[in-house]
Amino acid sequence: MVEVTDVVCSLCGCVCDDIVVEVEDNKVTKVKKGACAVGKSKLMGHGRIESPAIRENSSLKECSYDDAIKKAAEILAAARKPLLYGWSSTVCEVDKVGVELAEEIGGIIDNTASVCHGPSVLAIQDVGLPSCTLGEVKNRADLIIYWGANPAAAHANHMKRYSYISKGYWTEEGKKKKKLVVVDVRKTTTAKLADVFLQIEQGKDYLVFSALRALLYGYEDVVPEEVGGISKKNLLETVRIMKEAKFGIIFFGLGVTHTRGRHNNIVNAIQTTRAAHTHTKFSIMPMRGHYNVNGFNQVCTWETGYPFAVDLSRGYAWYNPGETSSTDLLVRRECDAALFIATDPGAHFPAESIRHLSKIPVIQIDPFPNPTTEFADVVIPAAISGIEAEGNVYRMDNIPIRLRKLVDTEYMADEEIMKRILDEVRAIREKEGE
Amino acid sequence: MEEGELLIRNGVVYDPINGVKGEKKDICIRDGKVVEEVKNPKIIDAEGRVVMPGGVDIHSHIAGAKVNAGRLFRPEDGRKGVKARTKVCRPESGYSVPNTFATGYRYARMGYTFVMEAAMPPLAARHTHEEMVDIPILDNAALPLIDNNWMTMDYVKSGDTDLLAAYIAWMIKATKGYGVKVVNPGGTEAWAWAKNCDLNDAVPYFDVTPAEIVKNLAVANEKFEMPHSIHVHGNMLGHPGNYGVTTSTYDLVKGIKPYRDRPAMHATHTQFHAYGGTRWGDFESKADVIADYINKNENVSIDLGSIILGDTTTMTADGPMEYSLYQITGRKWTNHDVELETGSGITPFLYSGKSPVNTIQWAIGQELALLVKDPWKLALTTDHPNAGPFIGYPIIISMLMSKRRRDESAEDMHKVIFDRAEYSSIDREYDLNEIAIITRGMAAKTLGLHEHGKGHLGVGADGDVAIYDILPEERDAGKIQKAFLNTKYTIKGGEIVVKDGEVVATPAGKTYFVTPECDEKLTDEMMVTLKDRFEHYYSVNFNNYPVQDAYVPNPYEIKAPWRS
Repeated sequence: MVEVTDVVCSLCGCVCDDIVVEVEDNKVTKVKKGACAVGKSKLMGHGRIESPAIRENSSLKECSYDDAIKKAAEILAAARKPLLYGWSSTVCEVDKVGVELAEEIGGIIDNTASVCHGPSVLAIQDVGLPSCTLGEVKNRADLIIYWGANPAAAHANHMKRYSYISKGYWTEEGKKKKKLVVVDVRKTTTAKLADVFLQIEQGKDYLVFSALRALLYGYEDVVPEEVGGISKKNLLETVRIMKEAKFGIIFFGLGVTHTRGRHNNIVNAIQTTRAAHTHTKFSIMPMRGHYNVNGFNQVCTWETGYPFAVDLSRGYAWYNPGETSSTDLLVRRECDAALFIATDPGAHFPAESIRHLSKIPVIQIDPFPNPTTEFADVVIPAAISGIEAEGNVYRMDNIPIRLRKLVDTEYMADEEIMKRILDEVRAIREKEGE
Repeated sequence: MEEGELLIRNGVVYDPINGVKGEKKDICIRDGKVVEEVKNPKIIDAEGRVVMPGGVDIHSHIAGAKVNAGRLFRPEDGRKGVKARTKVCRPESGYSVPNTFATGYRYARMGYTFVMEAAMPPLAARHTHEEMVDIPILDNAALPLIDNNWMTMDYVKSGDTDLLAAYIAWMIKATKGYGVKVVNPGGTEAWAWAKNCDLNDAVPYFDVTPAEIVKNLAVANEKFEMPHSIHVHGNMLGHPGNYGVTTSTYDLVKGIKPYRDRPAMHATHTQFHAYGGTRWGDFESKADVIADYINKNENVSIDLGSIILGDTTTMTADGPMEYSLYQITGRKWTNHDVELETGSGITPFLYSGKSPVNTIQWAIGQELALLVKDPWKLALTTDHPNAGPFIGYPIIISMLMSKRRRDESAEDMHKVIFDRAEYSSIDREYDLNEIAIITRGMAAKTLGLHEHGKGHLGVGADGDVAIYDILPEERDAGKIQKAFLNTKYTIKGGEIVVKDGEVVATPAGKTYFVTPECDEKLTDEMMVTLKDRFEHYYSVNFNNYPVQDAYVPNPYEIKAPWRS
């Protein structure tokens, strides 16, 4: 038995890096410290895609890696407008090969931000993002606001490691000297811990941000007695807490990005942060979901100039979310092939998109079977990044951390699979005298 | 033809480090290095054109967290400079914040082969390195920020420069960095509470002054055989009337003996620090005062930070400065404070010749170059992209070489240029030798890279050569500008990478990093405090912090022994 310390979790955007596990007979046998229940479950392992497979007469037939990779390359090389989607639950080294492949085949590359914090990216492109690292929050923040996010369930270590429950340099006494404000449409587990819980009406986030902004700028007279289900008294109290804080932070989740108003909500949230910043130090941060959803956005930005939804069919990068984003392309039936890596559109895309996917060749690369496997034409199992393969990831606050490899595996790593597909595609195109 | 041999014949060579000032001379290269002679080489006939060593940029923001945050929040900048992929090149995008590929190609087309990334937040060092790997052609290095760090300030307070030296040594090693970068010392820590610091203000909670931080870091840096001095972006950048703070900052290293033949401080983007007046209304140039200081003293080298008119993306670890700028323009603003270490801010900015303030800023950058007598004391930069994108260097070169061009340009600027700047009264014109000094020789020497084959063409140097499509006697500013934008040839390590302004090969660059060698006992003592900081305050574990070797696939290590 070997004890491995400083293990980095490849589950959510928290990217906890203080995990201790035991490894025996090339298997993680125990998670001793650090991981939350979900992280633990991933580290301990569960059902895998067992073999590469190609669909023949509507059922998947097992095959070799070589055959599956060759078939995948043939599909991509023959496609006129292939979609390469996913990339958020794997490492940056893989994302880089993905961009190169998209350039080679004139495809569209997009990641799960497209259906997740994409609206946040659009808002940042409008007004910017005054933010900080999570350690800043841990050491300085005396006011934590979670808005449309329920970390107690979705980012289980977030409060403990970085925010409300953590202790740092100026926050030695932990939560005793901090205020927690939760804004949500229902009383979540996180809300139960809050000093102030603002239960807003569904879809009224924009209005409530606007009211807070008005109050922060001193326009109390324009705010009515009730906004989005919150009384003016409670809004004034919240603003008082915001102004009195030494260091405040708003963490926002998909409850804000995926309700009525979408990216406009985030613009308003950021403007509210700016308003608070005229009184005291204030920051804002999106609660990124997958452990490396941010990493793909980083890689795609430095390589193409844009963070997601990049169309390379013109030979240069063309970015226009709404036109070049995955679900829109699929609903318009523009793509004639798709590669999904480390993701599950089968479970997350709208039905209309899935309908088109059932009609075009689909390649799946993933360690685990999921609803996408049910209609994939080529299935390539991969090593699990962070357990069986190493590589770089970006935490929700843009901090790069290297995932460790804990055990050996027979499965091929994403990077090798992608590189081999790229090589095969290039060989096919060369043969065709491209 | 011998494999790996190249002969550049009939060039007029400007190699200032070796005292070659426009001589007709052959350059021989074998296996990537300059040699005495070659046997059966591939031959390039330069036909009397200007030949220089590959350019060396001493200060440019090309890779890492804030550069990428700049790209991410400015898709409108990405739209500029779009170029489709070719058989050799990957797609280009961006103007002030180009993608990594465009960054490599554009520098190479201008004849540059080495660029120093000027600010690497240690906690995000992996990010800087990931991007540098994706910048083709250019050799590179990065300067970690070590001035607003809690450990630095604690050791400054206790006055223990040996332990401070142990700390900076560990930081430079952990980040695979090149030296000590200072950005608004103390002020960026204060910004974590939405405050700022002047040179002699106490940093909130830490009870040290920025002046003490700078001085102690300079002392600690010179305890090693460091190739480069401390690299300083001082306090009060961009504030009217800051020139006094600037010269007081320079004074801090008087009496500190540098390890080698370079000053003890490199003061960067000096244009932003040479401001007179008390507010924007009476803003004026103090380039003359700064130049006078540089002329009379040997303790400081500078780079220009010269303005390029037009839209750009400003970005710096000086968080409070970016906030001030955003308050002036009301445009979008990104901020990113980094725990225990540093911060950053980013906001777009338009330098307009119609604005009196921007006009004076524009004059100051060039005045500095024209008033500092010895070109070995300054390097050409635009603090890319802060004062403008690096792609504007040829504009500055043509201005410095042509009084006529300057006069014509001044006519198009705000009339304030004639009464609050010396600009129009300066007659000096740079010659090509001086241009070679400020675009390669000085930077290579100040960074100590000339000893590692950069910035010159002596025997043993790297085979990095730029051939510009002009004859030495060319005085037409337009032709000069055009020639310096796109080389006839750029050669990197003996390989032709640019021909007639087109990139024809994209070899990977090397990453230069320094390994300061610190006494073990000191390191052990420092480590006790450092590990405590990690255990209690950092959000990343100690063992996951240092940049792993995988991030630097083409390393070039420079050892910096402890000076006994």
